[in-house]
Amino acid sequence: MPAVELVIVILVVGAVAFVLSAPLRRAPAAADDDRDAARGEIDELEVARDAKYREIRDAELDYRTGKLSEADWRALDAGLRAEAIEILRALDRAAGRSGTA
Amino acid sequence: MATVGRALLILALAISVYGIVASLYGARRGDRRFVDSGRRAVYVLFGVVALAFGLLEAAFLRTDLSFALVADHSASTLSTFYRATALWSSQEGSLLLWLFLLAGWSSLALLLTRHRLRAIAPYATAVLLGFGAFFSFLVVFLASPFETLARVPAEGAGLNPLLRHWAMMVHPPALYSGYTLIAVPFAFAIGALVTRRAGAEWIGATRRFALGAWLALGVGILLGALWSYTELGWGGYWAWDAVENAALLPWLTATAFIHSGMIQERRGMLKVWNASLILATGVLAIIGTFLVRSGILSSIHAFVEPGALLRWLFVGLIVVMIAGSVGLVLSRRDALRTEHRIDSLLSREAFFLFQNVVLVGLVFVIFWGTFFPLISEAVTGTKSSVGPPWFSRYVGPLALVLVALIGIGPLIPWRRASAGVLRRQLAVPLAGGVATALVLLLAVPVTRGKPLALLMFALCAVVVVGVGQELWRGARARAAMSGESPPVALVALVRRNRRRYGGYLVHLGVAVLLIGVAASSAFATVQEVRLRPGGRATVNGYTFTYVRATSRLRADELAYGAVVDVRRDGRHVTTLRPAKGWYSSAGGSLADGAIGRWFDGEPESAIGVKPGLRRDLWTAVEPDTSAIRPVIARADRRFSALMRRFGPVFATAAPAAQRRLVSGIEAGVRTAVQRISARYVASSPPAIFRILISPLVTWIWLGALVVFLGALVALWPPPAAVRRRAPARYRARLAQDLAARVD
Repeated sequence: MPAVELVIVILVVGAVAFVLSAPLRRAPAAADDDRDAARGEIDELEVARDAKYREIRDAELDYRTGKLSEADWRALDAGLRAEAIEILRALDRAAGRSGTA
Repeated sequence: MATVGRALLILALAISVYGIVASLYGARRGDRRFVDSGRRAVYVLFGVVALAFGLLEAAFLRTDLSFALVADHSASTLSTFYRATALWSSQEGSLLLWLFLLAGWSSLALLLTRHRLRAIAPYATAVLLGFGAFFSFLVVFLASPFETLARVPAEGAGLNPLLRHWAMMVHPPALYSGYTLIAVPFAFAIGALVTRRAGAEWIGATRRFALGAWLALGVGILLGALWSYTELGWGGYWAWDAVENAALLPWLTATAFIHSGMIQERRGMLKVWNASLILATGVLAIIGTFLVRSGILSSIHAFVEPGALLRWLFVGLIVVMIAGSVGLVLSRRDALRTEHRIDSLLSREAFFLFQNVVLVGLVFVIFWGTFFPLISEAVTGTKSSVGPPWFSRYVGPLALVLVALIGIGPLIPWRRASAGVLRRQLAVPLAGGVATALVLLLAVPVTRGKPLALLMFALCAVVVVGVGQELWRGARARAAMSGESPPVALVALVRRNRRRYGGYLVHLGVAVLLIGVAASSAFATVQEVRLRPGGRATVNGYTFTYVRATSRLRADELAYGAVVDVRRDGRHVTTLRPAKGWYSSAGGSLADGAIGRWFDGEPESAIGVKPGLRRDLWTAVEPDTSAIRPVIARADRRFSALMRRFGPVFATAAPAAQRRLVSGIEAGVRTAVQRISARYVASSPPAIFRILISPLVTWIWLGALVVFLGALVALWPPPAAVRRRAPARYRARLAQDLAARVD
């Protein structure tokens, strides 16, 4: 292998090793698992909340475009908002538990 | 630099293996340091593979013939575009492209989710790097793109003539982008199942990747069809070829997943179905790559012949993916339990589910037809295959049901539709469908003999009118609320509801595309005629006159063609110039058939087409060269004798003199070929013409453009202001409700 090519390969290997080992050079954090679990629960609830908001908005658009009667929409909207409120409450509880509230 | 390239690929394999181990170790031990290091391995893999890819691309661009791959698949006579894209016309280059795209899309996915899905991401990282390790292994040990030649040839073999088409050179990266983008939701689905976090989070986080995969596969499939139509000389755009079907299968399951994923996001339903769909899509993507790369089924799209080991490695990967997927879904049934049930069969959810069933039905039919040669060989010992009529028999009716569902589904609300609403929603689109059928029956008598095509037109009209109604009503409602003018309201409506209206645009495009498919399949007229210059043939009221023969000699291509005048009722419509070209092979000795090899090189058709919104006038030509064959043979014999006489002189000449002699000989050969060609043109040679009059083919390409536009609308993130405003508005409303409840 010519010297220039050898130097390039060595440099690339060195850079790769440096980048990959960077996280391993920091001190281990305690209770990563617990924090990840709490964060995971919050993430899931946030996704559910956003999906519920989207559902509420879509129901309104369905009503405005004639796909739902006013009575049907009001009933559906009330139900969806009740579900959203439950999600928001759960989110508050999860945030409180993880100490990020 | 070939050595650096080889070293980079070995490094890529090592990085992939390290990343898998680090990610899994970090996930099992709850140590984020290793998880982060594993994620970085994906970024680094992309960097290293991009370097290797860049080195090879540079070698192709400068036609460095010391690289075996460049010598075998490129030449200095190619244009810059084809020199750049010749890389993926080879097996080795294709596998490297796969690895490059996989690493790129994986890096993007992990970058976007670095603060989310913390439990799932390490397993997804391991799966993505598993693919990385597999393809790195292939390019390190079985199909190295960095092999060098001990003796550098004076010129490369060039690119396969059939691949010298802009669409064909964009088609592989598009398809491979689709396959590799699918790897992202596949990997996150595996992660979600392993960690039992099978909610909607992984679907939401990877939705754009699934949609991007669907779009890229769609673009790839369309470009393949366009290439087939304009390059292969048979006049069709879809032949139910194994490789075509291999791309269509994951596209169909991805279509199903994109729809049913919405139900899981909204209502926590269909978890087993969605997990199974995306896992099946991932497996089908690898099967698609395997079919193209293995040559196990004969295909007009297969340009490589791999070794047996590569085939078996792919089979092994597919078996592992299927077994792992099935095992994971079965063992995680508890985590995949549905949270709700469908409220009514007259709901958007139910129609999505029906549509999913039809799509999966299509997948089964196409899978069976595609793999029938292998199945029949395994059962009977004889390889049999099924042709386009078999596919049409089953796919046609299923496609009709699918279009009906596309037409009705978006008009129905989520959860439940009342009878009154249903009547109001369906009345205009159904009337549009019936009116279309009646008008066609009365105004276009030929449709009376094709009931399935007529039904397809009517159903597509339902889709088009339905989408129009949705846009009109939405814009009208918004205009009434905001006071905006209707056009402004329409744009604002689409901007604020990109998923919904992007999807509707896709449906509109699919309807336009299927109108084109139905019309061109049912009402095309094909005729093959043998004509001499001055001769004419009348097809469907159009008179095609073979005016004269043509010839063209380029640096590496000889083409014989025809000028064809097309008239209707005596009026000139267009002039078509179809031709058939032969690419002279670079190898071989000049002493052996130096002139004949121009006429026996790799063939390529250049079709003559006049596209139009109503119909395409298409023709291909097969020149009859039998009259000049004896002349070619005589010229070859004379040339060989001359070469034998001068051979000893050539061998003892100085290198500079040798070069002068070679260029003199080549000029002599070209002059001889030109003279023979002039003789061919002057002799009023007969030619066989394939003439095709195909209605509405252009609608296929236009429909596809609308589909892609719709997908881009759905894919594009909403403006930040809209993202913030919408949740804020609902948060305020919900806060009020919450306060009211507490009080």
